[in-house]
Amino acid sequence: MAEIKILMAKENVKNSHQIDVALANGAYSNLEKAFKMKSVEITEEVKKSGLRGRGGAGFPAGIKWSFMPTGDRKKKPNYVVINADESEPGTFKDRWILERDPHLLIEGIVITSYAVESNTAYVYIRGEYVKQAKILQKAIDEAYEKGFLGKNILGSGFDLELTLHRGAGAYVCGEETALLESLEGKRGYPRIKPPYFPAAIGLFHCPTLVNNVETISNVPWILENGGEEFAKIGKPNNTGTKLLCVSGHVNFPGVYEVPLGINLLTLLETYCGGIRSRNKLKAVIPGGSSMPVLKAEECNVEMDFDSLKKAGTGLGSGAVIVMDETTCMVDVSLNLLKFYAHESCGQCTPCREGMPWMKRMVQRIKDGNGRPEDIPLILNVADYVGGDIDFSRGKLGKTICALGEAGSWPTIALLNKFREEFEYFCNNGKSMINRDKSIKTPENAVPEVVAT
Amino acid sequence: MSLKFSDEAQKKFENLLTRYPNKRAALLPVLHLAQEEFGGWVSPEAISYIAQLLGLTELDVYDTMSFYTMFYNQKMGRFVIEVCRTLSCEIMGASTVTEYLENKLGIKSGETTADGLFSIRNAECLGSCGTAPMMKVNDDFYENLTTQKLDKIIDLLKQKA
Repeated sequence: MAEIKILMAKENVKNSHQIDVALANGAYSNLEKAFKMKSVEITEEVKKSGLRGRGGAGFPAGIKWSFMPTGDRKKKPNYVVINADESEPGTFKDRWILERDPHLLIEGIVITSYAVESNTAYVYIRGEYVKQAKILQKAIDEAYEKGFLGKNILGSGFDLELTLHRGAGAYVCGEETALLESLEGKRGYPRIKPPYFPAAIGLFHCPTLVNNVETISNVPWILENGGEEFAKIGKPNNTGTKLLCVSGHVNFPGVYEVPLGINLLTLLETYCGGIRSRNKLKAVIPGGSSMPVLKAEECNVEMDFDSLKKAGTGLGSGAVIVMDETTCMVDVSLNLLKFYAHESCGQCTPCREGMPWMKRMVQRIKDGNGRPEDIPLILNVADYVGGDIDFSRGKLGKTICALGEAGSWPTIALLNKFREEFEYFCNNGKSMINRDKSIKTPENAVPEVVAT
Repeated sequence: MSLKFSDEAQKKFENLLTRYPNKRAALLPVLHLAQEEFGGWVSPEAISYIAQLLGLTELDVYDTMSFYTMFYNQKMGRFVIEVCRTLSCEIMGASTVTEYLENKLGIKSGETTADGLFSIRNAECLGSCGTAPMMKVNDDFYENLTTQKLDKIIDLLKQKA
């Protein structure tokens, strides 16, 4: 089967972020078709496609859309919010769409908003993406000029106001209810559930659909080719392609669009050119830093929601972090715990206190003062904060949002799967790994410095 | 001394208000605007000004602002260098980048050089994991760093200042 490119179709098109180039390559061609359909028909098509949310949770998009009150059920304004916070460590896939094909995203937003009968949409982009925000803002301005946004789009009678909203540096704002709080001008505190879906109470107390950039960017293709065609790609219940962003110790890191279900080892060998310096593969985090690590021998696994869940981890945001034999897992654990301790919003005691506590214990091990009894103690704290992905250690859901789990899962997996490394460090006061801390940028990956 | 937006910023501000159903929702964009407009940080005077513009209390503004790492409550260097320290960058040598910069500029992470030119901070994942190690200087990303490249960037920034 020829490689299907849904999201990276304009990969080899120069200046594809500019509207004229985008139009010449088919952008906005599905709007007329959409406006001829009833809104529910579009939602049905998305349901048929089997498209699952690309932000991390993998919830079926069509089902989420159908929660939105439309027709007679609509009592208040509906909102559509696009999550471009992209804050999960290891993730840089939405950035590709924002930089290279913003008009694909905007087309998806217009169709989605029409389908859920919303006349106002926001894109919440992480504050650090300054350049990406400028590119998207320019694309939005162009779309307004050409009549793809604003009043009476293409004479359809449908209005849509789209606003780009910049965050300001907070991991937790990628959580959809925290994102809504932030969009309302408040601290990014995740909201207490229920309601589980912002379709009930969302932005400004109105029904709201929150979807990831990548999810929405699939919508134009689904409309053009039909949900059934989309469902033929990938695997049953794991349909379509996925942007996988590979980082770490491979020869060619980057963003790759592949059908869901691709073998992880194939991805690393065929697409990413194998492990750098002919080193041995040690471990892979397959779905962003919150997902449990896989040991090298566990990496013969298919990259889709269900297969990775079965393997005791998750596809998450599609962020594949590759580590070779020079990586010390005590360092990795400390690095991640520093992240989660820093990013805990502080609302829930288990997360606010537990993350720094685990961080201090792993720091103590790294400083050479670890005690063998620290390892079960860290695992015990992790149980109280979040528990394990397969429910084997404590129950999930002790915190308002999933950040508790997000910090505990990788910690538990690292300690269990690489226990001998932690024990060695505790007993000998030093790492059993010959660490390589040098800067490893490959020479061919170094473009000239451009003063801006 | 009381602060006031320039005419251009005032226009941007008024446009922002039209994009949201209430004034509070414009707080983050207005904080970004104020930080850009008033010397790269949000001073107590700026907080009062924003509060007055949006019909909020100063506490409301500070409460929100203090949650986010990108709003500074103290004057920063002309160039704020943020080295990403999260996993993908770390395993590609981010700690060596930080050390190199600290030695080169003679300050520790979290400090500003005496001439007010450079501040170094550590940042959490900035979404450049495939081009690690990386750093952000003000609005710009510098990716695939090497020590030679760091020398060159610092030279260029000094020239620019």
